[in-house]
Amino acid sequence: MKVSCNVNVHHLSRVEGHGNIHIKIKDGKLKEASWEVVETPRFFEAMLVGKKWDNAPWICGRICGICSIGHTLASIRAVENAFGIVPSEQTRKLRLLLKHMETLQSHILHLYFLAAPDFVNAGSVFPLIKSHPDVVARAARLKLVANDACDVIGGRRLHPTTTVVGGFTMVPDKRELELIKTRLEGAMVDLSQTAELFRSFPIPDFSRETEFVSLKGQGDYPFIGGDLVSTDGVRMKEKDYAKMTNEYSVKQSTAKWARLSRDSFAVGALARLNNNFVYLHPTARELSESFGLRPVNHNPYMNNVAQLIECVHVTLDSINLINEILDTEWDEPRQPVKHKKGTGVAAVEVPRGILYHSYEFDKDGKIVKSDCVIPTGQNHANIQHDLKALAVEFAAGGKKDADIELLAEMLVRSYDPCISCSVH
Amino acid sequence: MSADTYLGVPLHRPRVAFFEFTACEGCQLQILNNEATLLDFLSLVEVVSFREAMKEHSDDYEIAFVEGSITRADEAARLKKIRKNARVLVAMGSCACFGGVNQLKNRFDQKWIKQEVYGKFPIESEKARPLSDIVDVDLEIYGCPIKKEEVEKIVTNLVLGKAVTHPKYPVCMECMANDNICLYKVGEPCLGPVTRAGCDAWCPGSRFGCWGCRGPADAANVDQLISIMEEHNFSTDTIIDRLECFGGFSEFVDALKKKSGKSKTKKKRARK
Repeated sequence: MKVSCNVNVHHLSRVEGHGNIHIKIKDGKLKEASWEVVETPRFFEAMLVGKKWDNAPWICGRICGICSIGHTLASIRAVENAFGIVPSEQTRKLRLLLKHMETLQSHILHLYFLAAPDFVNAGSVFPLIKSHPDVVARAARLKLVANDACDVIGGRRLHPTTTVVGGFTMVPDKRELELIKTRLEGAMVDLSQTAELFRSFPIPDFSRETEFVSLKGQGDYPFIGGDLVSTDGVRMKEKDYAKMTNEYSVKQSTAKWARLSRDSFAVGALARLNNNFVYLHPTARELSESFGLRPVNHNPYMNNVAQLIECVHVTLDSINLINEILDTEWDEPRQPVKHKKGTGVAAVEVPRGILYHSYEFDKDGKIVKSDCVIPTGQNHANIQHDLKALAVEFAAGGKKDADIELLAEMLVRSYDPCISCSVH
Repeated sequence: MSADTYLGVPLHRPRVAFFEFTACEGCQLQILNNEATLLDFLSLVEVVSFREAMKEHSDDYEIAFVEGSITRADEAARLKKIRKNARVLVAMGSCACFGGVNQLKNRFDQKWIKQEVYGKFPIESEKARPLSDIVDVDLEIYGCPIKKEEVEKIVTNLVLGKAVTHPKYPVCMECMANDNICLYKVGEPCLGPVTRAGCDAWCPGSRFGCWGCRGPADAANVDQLISIMEEHNFSTDTIIDRLECFGGFSEFVDALKKKSGKSKTKKKRARK
C-alpha cells in the first residue's frame, strides 16, 4: 500500500448541494475515507404540517431545482392515492411524457456539464465552449428540446404550473407537441454522437458488489408507481416503502442514510437498468450491450453510461407517447378532487433514483404527518462504502494524491448527487 | 464567444460569482437553463466562481449572485465574507429575498420541527432569514424560480451601467395584457392583484393561480384582496396558505392571523 495520502475536498464542485470528501492514509494504513454531507436542512416534512392538500405538490416541488417535476408528480400521486383518485389515461400519458423530458434534461445536464469535464481535463464546461464548440452546442440543443417540452406540457421547466392533483390545469397545444416530436426525432442523431463521445472516455475500472433498488417493471421500463424490487431479491408494495429504506441518522451527514439487505444500497439509472434491463427500448438495450453494460453491473462509474442509455430510451418512448396523444381527442384535463382522511404513498423514479412521498391527512384534508425519502439520501451510505473501497484499492495501486482525488470526485459525481434534495 | 473588443473599443466584462445557501439551487440552474442564449449571456461576463458548474474558484469578483436563505451561523459568516468581496450583491430568488418556502418552518417552534424530522438526533438550524437580515443587498431578483429573461435583462443593465427598475404594478396587469382568463371567474384563488409584476403572469398564464412568489407590488392593497377572496368564499386558511407561502407578504399574514385568532407560532407536540 501507498505510504501516505491526504485528500480533502471542501464543498465538492459540479454537484448539486454541499458535500466534502476526506481520504487519509498514513504509514500504509487507511485512517479515514469519508463522504460528509454538510447541507443545511429545510424541514419540508415539518413545514407541510397543517397545510391543506393542494399545498403539497406546490411546496414539495421546491425540494429540488433539478427534478422539481419528479417531486411534484410524486407529491400529486401520494395525494391521489390517499384520496382514492385514479388518473385518466390522458393524464397518465402526459405525466409520463413530462417525466421523460425531465429525465432527458437532467441526464444531459449531468453527462455534459457535470461529468464530461473530468474526462477531458477541464474544470467546467465553460472552456469547452471555445475548444469544443460543436460538443457544447449539441449538449445545449438536447437540453433545450427537453426543457422546451417541459414548458409545453408542465407550464415551465422548473417548478411546473399545470400539474395538479386530479390532472392538469390545461392540456398542451397539439401543434406544439408535433413540433417537439420532430425535434426529438432529430435528437436521436445528437444522442448517437453523445454515445460516441462517451465511448471515447475511459470509464474507471472499479467494482464493489452492492444491492440495487428500483421500481419493478411490469411490461414497461418503470417510472411512476408500482412494486419495489432489489437485486438481492427483495420485493415490496409501494405503500411499504419505509421497510425498503429503513432511514437512520449518522454524524457525518445532515441527510439521513438508508439500508436494506446489506450495509448500503444504490438507486438511480444503473439500479433501474440492473433491475429492468429487458424492458428497455430495443435500441437502448442494444446500445447498452455495445458498452458492455448488462445486469447486474457493479461499477458505480457506469451510472454515467446507464444515464446515456436512459436518454435514448426516454426519447424513443416519448416519440411513441406523442404519437398516441396526437391520435386521440382531448378529454377533460382535470377531474374533481374530494379530500378524505387517510394516508397516501407514492414511489416515482426520478433522474437520480427512486423517490418516495407519503402524507397522512385529517378529515379536513390537512396534512398531519409527511415523509419524503430522496434518491440521493438512499445513495449516501453506498457512496461512503465505495469511497472506502476505492481509497484502499487505488492507493494500493500506487496512484498519486491528485489522481486519487480526481477519481474520488468522479465517483461521487457519477451518482449525480442532489445533495440539498437529500437533506431537504 | 464575442471578442474582447467591439469596433476596437475594449469591453468591460464584469467578474461575477454565484453562491448558494439554504435552497434548491433551482435559480442557479435557471442560468444554465438558458440554452438558447447561454453563450451570449456568458460573453457578457466573466464567471469566476460557480460551484454547481465549475471546479475553479476565485474570491476576486465584482458582482455576487446569491441564492437561498440563511439558516445556520456558518452561512451568515460566509455571506458576510461574500459581501466584503463583492461590489454589488444581488439576492436571487424568493429564498434570498424573503426566506422563500424555507420560512414556512418559522411558523413553528424550532425545537419541534427538529424533533419532527430528526427525532432525538442533534441538528443545527435556526429560523430561515432573507439575506437582507444579515447584510446590505444592492439588488433583488424576485421569483420562485427566477425568470431567465428577467435575469438576462438585469445583467445586461448591470454590465452597461443602466439602472435596474422593477415594475411597480401587479401581475394582474400582465395577465390582462395577455388576454388571460381571470382565474377568479373559474373559482381559483389568485394573488395576481397584489403581487409584483415582471414574470409576465407566468402561473396564471397556465391557469394556475398566483401564490405571490415575487412579493407585494408597490401600494398593493392586500386588505382589498382579502375581501375579494372572502367574497369568493375562500376560507381564511386558503388565504393564509397563499399569502405565507414565499414570505413576501409576512406582515399581512401576521395581521390576518391576529385578526382571525390564529397565533403566529404554534407549539406542536411531537407525535411519533
